[in-house]
Amino acid sequence: MSTVFIPAVLRANVGGVKSLDLPGDSIRAVVGALVEQHPSLGPQLLTDDGDLNRFVNVYVNGQDVRFLAGLDTPVAPADEVRLLPAMAGG
Amino acid sequence: MPKSFSDLLREARAQVPEVSPAEVDLLLDGPAAPVLVDVREASEWEQGHIDGAVHVAKSYLEQGIESDVPDRSRPVVLYCAGGIRSLFAAQTLSQMGYESVSSMSGGFQQWKAQGYRWTTPPSLSPDQRQRYSRHLLIPEVGLNGQARLLDSKALIIGAGGLGSPAALYLAAAGVGTIGIVDFDVVDMSNLQRQVIHSTARVGQKKTESARATIEGLNPDVTVVPHEEMLVAANVERIIAGYDVILDGTDTFETRYIVNDAAVAAGIPVIHASVFRFEGQLTTFIPYEGPCYRCLYPTPPPPELAPGCSVAGVLGVVPGILGLLQANEALKVLLGIGNTLAGRLLLFDALEAEFTELKLRRDPNCPVCSDAAVQARAEGRPLTVDGVNVEAPFLMTMTGLAGKVSPEARA
Repeated sequence: MSTVFIPAVLRANVGGVKSLDLPGDSIRAVVGALVEQHPSLGPQLLTDDGDLNRFVNVYVNGQDVRFLAGLDTPVAPADEVRLLPAMAGG
Repeated sequence: MPKSFSDLLREARAQVPEVSPAEVDLLLDGPAAPVLVDVREASEWEQGHIDGAVHVAKSYLEQGIESDVPDRSRPVVLYCAGGIRSLFAAQTLSQMGYESVSSMSGGFQQWKAQGYRWTTPPSLSPDQRQRYSRHLLIPEVGLNGQARLLDSKALIIGAGGLGSPAALYLAAAGVGTIGIVDFDVVDMSNLQRQVIHSTARVGQKKTESARATIEGLNPDVTVVPHEEMLVAANVERIIAGYDVILDGTDTFETRYIVNDAAVAAGIPVIHASVFRFEGQLTTFIPYEGPCYRCLYPTPPPPELAPGCSVAGVLGVVPGILGLLQANEALKVLLGIGNTLAGRLLLFDALEAEFTELKLRRDPNCPVCSDAAVQARAEGRPLTVDGVNVEAPFLMTMTGLAGKVSPEARA
């Protein structure tokens, strides 16, 4: 299980929790498990083709998966996965 | 048996190696340049000193030398006006464990008389010396750093939740010119966090309200109000000449426009944004680190990124982030410390937790990649999402869900 941190703006979709423990050995599998549990997150995180939306950044242990292997980035059990959308408020 | 001055001087001469101004001049240009320490009084230093010397008055030598010269193995050359005080000072440093200490014979008078280069430190008025005394005491700021701040120009985009604390502290720090971009007026609902404004100024222009507060705080600061909405057509004109930009706006359009123009102009941008109990902060240094488009290639749809007027925000969150922006700006202006370039700092007020993420330059970035730089140089800048825009910067207001709605603002 890896820990997935949910940003405040998406928490309403997951019952208000800050983080979830999810199975999966890749970002694709972990995000897949997340969307399976909370289907309303699907369109927020993924495109119709199943790719990550470009306005949501995903980090594994502080590293942006766009610069690793994207959805195929491996995830180990104790890893921290963080979803991060841009915020505009000032 | 008590010793006379000449006894003490004889002892010092026997213990401390002396170097001539000509030798010091050679050493300073050499590969292992020593630290040159001027031990005269502040009033003498202000009349002129050797270029590159650090000032630790003999009266503060024991207290001050360790912060200016922490490495005791580094060679140190001391000088005073005539070469006497520096001999005694050198004895003290030897006692403190400095391994290689010498004294310049003939002192600054000989140095000047022999025509070697020297400089006059920037001058501050007596009022400024008092006002900035706590900065002057820090070696990393000091007189030169303070003079640099007074000569600096910072542009704050948005006199709102982030811009208010940032402007107050940059003004207090003596940043000589502060530009403020805001087209709005002060609203009662701003005052829960926008601390540069006041109840009495509800309904006034934010730029004027901010100027009144800043001028009351520090008359050294010139406030340049830019009372207009920052758009692609005016961004180049507005940001021109500023040394650093603090982005505290509340819309994605403005953030992308600021980014694109600032990268093209080579101006660092200190970025912060907030949502309820959370904030994000980083420093974009053009071509050295990533830019905003490397971090977020595309703005999110409005429902994923509501502004403060829709989602709300705990007032202290922009307060904390705005001050961290000011901290980044001061480091950029002074050239000290490590900025957040390449790092995104997340703040969670409920947990009192900071998290750091690593950011990278996107080699395919449409704004800061080598290809983008070349395209701009050739007068045909790249476009984003098929939106054709005017040179030299890009602009896109389209997320996947189309234009950012007005409700997403503020």
